[in-house]
Amino acid sequence: MQSTLSLSFSPSSSAAAVSRSPTTRFSLNTPTPLNLRFCGLRPQALAFTASGNRRSSQLPSRPRSQAVSAALSANGSPPKSFDYDLLIIGAGVGGHGAALHAVEKGLKTAIVEGDVVGGTCVNRGCVPSKALLAVAGRMRELQNDHHLKSLGLQVSAAGYDRQGVADHAINLASKIRNNLTNSMKALGVDILTGVGTILGPQKVQIGSSDKIVTAKDIIIATGSVPFVPKGIEVDGKTVITSDHALKLEFVPDWIAIVGSGYIGLEFSDVYTALGSEVTFVEALDQLMPGFDPEIGKLAQRVLINPRNIDYHTGVFASKITPARDGKPVTIELIDAKTKEPKDTLEVDAALIATGRAPFTQGLGLENIDVVTQRGFVPVDERMRVIDAKGKLVPNLYCIGDANGKMMLAHAASAQGISVVEQVTGRDHVLNHLSVPAACFTHPEISMVGLTEPQAREKGEKEGFEVSVAKTSFKANTKALAENEGEGLAKLIYRPDNGEILGVHIFGLHAADLIHEASNAIALGTRIQDIKLAVHAHPTLSEVLDELFKSAKVKAQASIPVSEPVPV
Amino acid sequence: MASSPSPFNSNTSTLSFSSSISSSSLFPSRRTFILPIPRRRATSFTVQSKIREIFMPALSSTMTEGKIVSWIKSEGDTLSKGESVVVVESDKADMDVETFYDGILAAIVVPDGQTAPVGAPIALLAETEEEVAEAKAKAANSSQSQSSAPPPQPANPAPAIAQPSPPPPPPSSAAVSDGPKKIVATPQAKKLAKQHKVDLASLTGSGSFGRITPADVEAAAGIAPSKSSPAPAAPAALAPSSSAPPKAAAAGAVAPPPIPGSSVVAFTTMQSAVSKNMMESLSVPTFRVGYPVITDALDAFYEKVKPKGVTMTAILAKAAAMALVQHPVVNASCKDGKNFAYNSNINIAVAAALNGGLITPVLQDADKLDLYLLSQKWKELLNKARGKQLQPNEYNSGTFTLSNLGMFGVDRFDAILPPGQGAIMAVGASKPTVEADASGFFKVNVTADHRIIYGADLAAFLQTFSKIVENPDSLTL
Repeated sequence: MQSTLSLSFSPSSSAAAVSRSPTTRFSLNTPTPLNLRFCGLRPQALAFTASGNRRSSQLPSRPRSQAVSAALSANGSPPKSFDYDLLIIGAGVGGHGAALHAVEKGLKTAIVEGDVVGGTCVNRGCVPSKALLAVAGRMRELQNDHHLKSLGLQVSAAGYDRQGVADHAINLASKIRNNLTNSMKALGVDILTGVGTILGPQKVQIGSSDKIVTAKDIIIATGSVPFVPKGIEVDGKTVITSDHALKLEFVPDWIAIVGSGYIGLEFSDVYTALGSEVTFVEALDQLMPGFDPEIGKLAQRVLINPRNIDYHTGVFASKITPARDGKPVTIELIDAKTKEPKDTLEVDAALIATGRAPFTQGLGLENIDVVTQRGFVPVDERMRVIDAKGKLVPNLYCIGDANGKMMLAHAASAQGISVVEQVTGRDHVLNHLSVPAACFTHPEISMVGLTEPQAREKGEKEGFEVSVAKTSFKANTKALAENEGEGLAKLIYRPDNGEILGVHIFGLHAADLIHEASNAIALGTRIQDIKLAVHAHPTLSEVLDELFKSAKVKAQASIPVSEPVPV
Repeated sequence: MASSPSPFNSNTSTLSFSSSISSSSLFPSRRTFILPIPRRRATSFTVQSKIREIFMPALSSTMTEGKIVSWIKSEGDTLSKGESVVVVESDKADMDVETFYDGILAAIVVPDGQTAPVGAPIALLAETEEEVAEAKAKAANSSQSQSSAPPPQPANPAPAIAQPSPPPPPPSSAAVSDGPKKIVATPQAKKLAKQHKVDLASLTGSGSFGRITPADVEAAAGIAPSKSSPAPAAPAALAPSSSAPPKAAAAGAVAPPPIPGSSVVAFTTMQSAVSKNMMESLSVPTFRVGYPVITDALDAFYEKVKPKGVTMTAILAKAAAMALVQHPVVNASCKDGKNFAYNSNINIAVAAALNGGLITPVLQDADKLDLYLLSQKWKELLNKARGKQLQPNEYNSGTFTLSNLGMFGVDRFDAILPPGQGAIMAVGASKPTVEADASGFFKVNVTADHRIIYGADLAAFLQTFSKIVENPDSLTL
């Protein structure tokens, strides 16, 4: 197999070119058959091809930092020596992922945190919400008499202790936060406490003190905060964001959830399991925008319709007033298109789940002439920051929610790793279409790559055929053993060459199942090859096995016959 | 309705409906659509304006009413020909139903989650914006006149878990609804009100801020509060809601007292369909004829073709189909007791147990397809059935039914004749015997409609069938 390596020189920034040159030479001298996959076209990229086998790409990592500093000493302008090779602003999941990988690559690394280590995901996002959802899942099972009976189980009235549930979430967050902190400390990452402000190229001030550190490369990883549209008054008690909801300070009888994306959907799962009734307010014309339409339809039939949930679509919540003076929370709804007043809701609480806004204030971006776009830091496909004139800012990268490319914890981490790969001399571009996403409802929803309409549009534009294969969880032994046959897996692919364009799963443990597909996309594995791989029986993973096998691909398997191995 | 090669291509299968002015021949499921369309109204509408009614389609021969799973489109949406508009749950499958006309979905008459009889209007389609209002008015009228007329639930005791004795209708005690007071009801209360046909305007809410709670609706509907209402927050919660005491109150008023410890489970749509068919079958005079079939040759033959993917089901279906070719009367059907029809196709329905249900996917033209194609076809049908993806003609076009319990070791059994067919064959397990010249046989028992098929007919048919099975090589010809 032939692989392509692209090296890009940015003529605009001498520093970048200089600091990059030793590593470039490095690559050129070694027969480097890097097995990298790029997405998108970069006209400025200088591409060459190299062949060889994968093994030789394992370059020794230690000498690299020496090479870097050697190069820098030859360069006059910026600081002669740096406090760190890499400085990361923000110790969330993205920053953490980048730091760990940087240490592995031999970089002297520091991480700046102005709040708590772990960022949104660990403290106010994915992690505590998983604790609540774990409780929700069990409550659901214990309340489903019909389901239990069909398994031959008898359970009498299940109940819960709100504080106990809340504690579980809090304890989980602090445990993960400690793990994260300890893992960085153990590896020798310096954790600098204070808000990081960029003063100039390769220079960051920590907190309000005079402490200034320099670093060869800087990664911005400051994340995001809940977005609250104007007109909505958040009091943290009855009108709340996910930050408050995760503390589970009370379980309202009736809660309105504004926004039916991942966050809203997960909280609807938690609240209905704990006995609340839920009203969704969605600005778009259908619930769960962003999901593959077919999956969304099925999810609505399972996750919304049979539960104590109703919804208003095509409306904005123009004004939300918290409960006070003996009055309930009031929500004024206006038509999303005409802006005409439509309705007023009176509920016990409102959760604002309208998305997240980048947190980039106080970063000192003005010092390096970077202007945010709707708050996001503009970056190129290699996460290099772009300044107001459209030029790349040397040695400055931005990953995660702050750049808005893909607002997922693991995407931030992947971007961070990609940046570390680049600054250690191995060009890398993350294929965002290989980054999976999951919604942890019961059952779960997961996806990777394109939705069917996106794929069909792309196929039309680029002139290839698009096919769809589907399998039902009803045909899976393990799912039926669990009495959880409700579910669908959907594969969108090219029948001509077997390329996987997207996979969408709704069903038991969908979030865990998606990785076979996302790894296949990341590694470029084709259906005709992966369909020959073996899955243990009986497992849920056979849903994907079935899915790949049901695809009708014209191309033949490309993996060479392996040597027989005696067993 | 383009279908791609993948058998799983479409999750909910797609079916088109036509609206009022189309002739019934446009309906894909030919046989069934002739009856229920209320022609009178249909024609009067077409004359007056371009407002078309969308009817509840008949998705299977046994379907008498359908449940709207969900409207894909909402009122005011512009529809174009071929677009899916609504998902309907029949007794067998969930179907996307698409429109044959462009237009604007002016009014939805039967909302999500409700059922309507086949042929009843479920929505109105207007051709232009101007006609939308007119259509809406019409919808309001029709839904009123409808609710007093037979089609929807109210009159007959149809509602899902109806009590045998009429429940005392308490809504009469409706509190003075003070003018244009805004009605606030919780999501669950609204759902229950819809389900039990309770007018929310007639209720006074007992919940906080005067809102109508699920318990209010249940009280108004005269039913015991459902204990399924989730998790009463056990200890100190902020909410003041006093979770109702555990209610063991029996649901029905009269009825034979339930055996202590028993639980009442409502029929699923599939179970209701089976139940209805079984009751109908009582009106057909049937008789049974049994026959032992020697299986030595069959067993040897099966061993030979099994590796090629041939299943026993396919072999038996093929053998039965070949025998039916010679005895067309056994493949005939008698609908009304006055005349009967010879069916030109031999379509073998095969009974299959499915997640606690029963469905009969049909191997069409089983006499014409070869054994291998038939086996493959059967596998496809089973897969589709599991995914609830069978098209109506894939389960309701049978002319003869085969039921095989041999794999469970059943040595003989007696099948009930499905309505609309002439005969059904019940196959038991192959058993070794002590007879000198044969080492194995199985017992076949055919139930038939004696109005059209007589003893000698069945005997002759079975003789032919047994000859075919005893010389199975002819099956591959």
